[in-house]
Amino acid sequence: MGEAYRAEKVDAIDAEAVNKKENREQRYKKRVKIHPKGVHGTYRALKWWMIVVLLGIYYVTPWIRWDRGPGAPDQAVLIDFVTQRFYFFFIEIWPQEVYYIAGLMIMAGIGLFFITALFGRAWCGFACPQTVWTDLFMVVERWVEGDRAARIRLDNAPISASKILKRCTKFALWLLISVGTGGAWVFYYADAPTLAIQLFTLEASPIAYITIGILTFTTFSLGGLMREQVCIYMCPWPRIQGAMMDEESAIVTYRVDRGEPRSAYRKGETWEDRGDCVDCNQCVAACPTGIDIRDGQQLECITCALCIDACDSVMAKIGRPEGLIGYASLAGEARRDQGEISSIRMFRSRTVIYLALWSFVGAIMLWTLINRADLEINVLRDRNPLFTVLSDGRIRNGFTFKILNKSPEQRTLVLSVEGLAGARLKVVGSEDIAESVTPYFTVKPDRLHSFRLLVSAPKEVLPGETLDIRFVLTEINTRTKATYDSLFKGPEK
Amino acid sequence: MAEKPEIDEVTGTETTGHVWDGIRELNTPLPRWWLWILYATIIWSIGYMIVYPAVPLISSYTKGVIGYSSRSEVALEMKAAKADQKVYLDKLETASLEEIRTNPELLEFARAGGRAAYNVNCSQCHGSGAQGSKGYPNLNDDEWLWGGTVDAIHYTISHGVRNDQDEDARISDMPAFLKDGTLDKAAINDVAEYVLSLSSGGSDKEAAGRGKAVFAENCADCHGENAEGVADVGAPALNNAIWLYGGDKATIVQTVSYSRGGVMPAWGKILDAVEIKKLAIYIHSLGGGK
Repeated sequence: MGEAYRAEKVDAIDAEAVNKKENREQRYKKRVKIHPKGVHGTYRALKWWMIVVLLGIYYVTPWIRWDRGPGAPDQAVLIDFVTQRFYFFFIEIWPQEVYYIAGLMIMAGIGLFFITALFGRAWCGFACPQTVWTDLFMVVERWVEGDRAARIRLDNAPISASKILKRCTKFALWLLISVGTGGAWVFYYADAPTLAIQLFTLEASPIAYITIGILTFTTFSLGGLMREQVCIYMCPWPRIQGAMMDEESAIVTYRVDRGEPRSAYRKGETWEDRGDCVDCNQCVAACPTGIDIRDGQQLECITCALCIDACDSVMAKIGRPEGLIGYASLAGEARRDQGEISSIRMFRSRTVIYLALWSFVGAIMLWTLINRADLEINVLRDRNPLFTVLSDGRIRNGFTFKILNKSPEQRTLVLSVEGLAGARLKVVGSEDIAESVTPYFTVKPDRLHSFRLLVSAPKEVLPGETLDIRFVLTEINTRTKATYDSLFKGPEK
Repeated sequence: MAEKPEIDEVTGTETTGHVWDGIRELNTPLPRWWLWILYATIIWSIGYMIVYPAVPLISSYTKGVIGYSSRSEVALEMKAAKADQKVYLDKLETASLEEIRTNPELLEFARAGGRAAYNVNCSQCHGSGAQGSKGYPNLNDDEWLWGGTVDAIHYTISHGVRNDQDEDARISDMPAFLKDGTLDKAAINDVAEYVLSLSSGGSDKEAAGRGKAVFAENCADCHGENAEGVADVGAPALNNAIWLYGGDKATIVQTVSYSRGGVMPAWGKILDAVEIKKLAIYIHSLGGGK
C-alpha cells in the first residue's frame, strides 16, 4: 500500500481501515498489520498525561517508604507472603481480612460500570494497561522507525543493514521496557531496595526471576506484537460493556448529519450542498484498531479518541468548526435530528444507581476499616471429648484459644469468662498462671498466639446440657476488649 | 466423495463431501495457534519421555536419563523434614520432662508429636479424644490409677500395666472377694453401699453402716482409709465421681465379687525414648496432669 499524498486535496491520504465494517463479513480473517499515524491534540495530550501518571504510580509506588517502627517493614505498599501481611500505607491487612480486597474489587467493578455508563469505553481508551503499554511501545516504534508512511515503507523494503538495525533497536527498547515492567512488579512483594540489589547480584529467589520472565514475555507480546488483537479477540470487556452502556452514554461518534455527503475538498471550493467530511482518511490512519469511525459504533472501537484529534486538526486547516468527530450520545444525536439541543445527560437512573452502589460499598468499607479491631479472639471448642468429668464432680471443657494482636505493641491481657458461675480457667503450658478466675497473658506485637484453655465449673451451674458463655479479653492498660461467644457443655441431665 | 473438494459459496471453505439432508459439512481447518500448541506438546512429550520415567516394560519401566522418581523425591523431603526436626528431637532427647514442660517451644513441639504418636498407638483403646471407655481410663480427667505427674505417666507408658513383656510393668492385683470366698454376697452388698455413700450417696444407709467395717477390714489397705486411693499400688480412689468400670451398684458389686484388671503394653519396648517422652508430655497436657 503506497502512501501517495494527493497534494491538491486537503490532507487526504490513502488509508484503508483494515477492520472496516464491510471487510468484517468473513468469520475469520488473517491479521492485517495496522500502522497508526501519530496525532496531536487535546485527547493525545490527555493520554500522555495518563501514561505518565499511571506508569509513574506503577513504577514509583514500591519505592515509597513508610515508617512502621522497628521489626515491621518500612515499605508503603507491600504484599508480604512470608509473614502473610498486606501493607498499604497506614493500613495493615491480615489474611483473614481479604474481604477488604474483595470490597476493593467490587468497588473497582462498579466504578468501571459507572464510567462506562457515562463515557463508554473510557477505561479501554485511556487507563487499561493494554492501552497504556501499547501506547508506550508505539512511541518507541515511531521514534525508531518513523511515522506511518515511513513504517509502511520499511515493512515493504527488502532486508538491509538499516532495516535490521532499526528492527533490532526497536525490539531491544521494547525488551527493556518489558523487563522493567516485570521488574517493577516483583518489588511489590519484597523490600524493593534489598530486592533490587539481589536481582542484580543474582541472589534473588527463582520465583522473582520467573515472574519477571513471564511478565516480560506478556508485556512484549501483548503490547508490542498483538496489540489490537487483544482488544478485539481476547478481552471479554467489549462483550460485557454493552450491558453497561445505553443510548445516553457519551461515545466517540462521527456526526453523520454534518459530515455527509462526504467528498474530497479542494481549497477555495464552496461548502454548499456537501458535508464537512473531506474524506481525507486521517481518522482512519490514526486509529490503533484499524476501523473507520464513520461506520458508526463498533466493537473494535476502544474510544481512544485519537480520531477526534486527527479530525479536529483537519477541520482547523479548512476553517470548519471542530467536533465533526467527538463525544456524543446516540440519544443526543437523535434529539438533534428533532431540532432539540444535543447534550450529554449525565444524571440518569443508571449512572445514579451505579454511583449510589459504589458509594454504598465504599461507605461499608470505610466503616469497617475505621472500626477495625486490632485485638481479636477466636475460640474453638474441643469436640472430642465434649467435656470431662473431674474427680470432684466439676465439669471441664477444653478450648483452643487464639489471640490476634494486630497492634505494633506488646500487650498484657486478662481473660475472663462470663455466664459461668464458679468458673476456673487454666492455660496449658503456662505454669505461672495457676488455675484462676482470670489468667493473664503477654502477647507479642503483630502476632497470632494460640493457647489451649481449660475451663471448669461445678456441675450445678449447668441448667441443662449446654450453657451459653462469653469469653472476654481485656487489655490491662487501655481496657480494650474483645469478646467471643461460645458454649459450655456437660453431661445429659 | 468428490474428486476435487467442493468449495462452499458462503464461507469459501472446502467441504468434506459429507451431505446429510442437503446439509454439507465444512472442512474448516483447525486454528493455527491450536495446531502449533499440539505440535509443541508432541515435541515436549518426546523430550519428557527421554528425561523422565515413561514407558512401562514387562517387569520394569524406562527410567529416564536424569533418574528421577517420585519415591526418591519423597524420601529426600522426608530426610529434609527429619533434619529440620532433628534440632528439636536432640533437645527432647537430652532435656528432662520437667525442662520440656517449662519450655514453651519444646512443649509445643512435644505436644504436636505426642498427638500424632497418640493417634497411631493409643487411640485404639483410649479413644481418639483420649476420653477412654469402660475399662480404659479417660486421660483427660484428673484421676490417675498410677499417678498423674508427668514422670508417673512416663513410667506407665514405658512399662505398661500387667503385661508379661516388662518386669517393671505396673502390677496391682485386686482380690475377687466372692470367687475367692473371702466375703459372702451380703457383705459385698454392704461394702458396695458403703462405697456408694462416699461418692454419689447410696440408698441404703443401714447397709452402708455395716459395710464400713467390711471396707476397713478388706479394702482400706490398698484403697486407703477414706477410700482416697493409693497411686503407689494402683488402687483407684473410690470417693469421687470417676469410675473406670461404672459407678452404679450392680457394677460395683461385680467388681468386688470378681475383681478387675486391665492390661497395657510396655511401649518402651516398641517406641523409641523420644517418642515416649512426647507421649508423656502430650497426655499430661490434656488437662488432668498433676
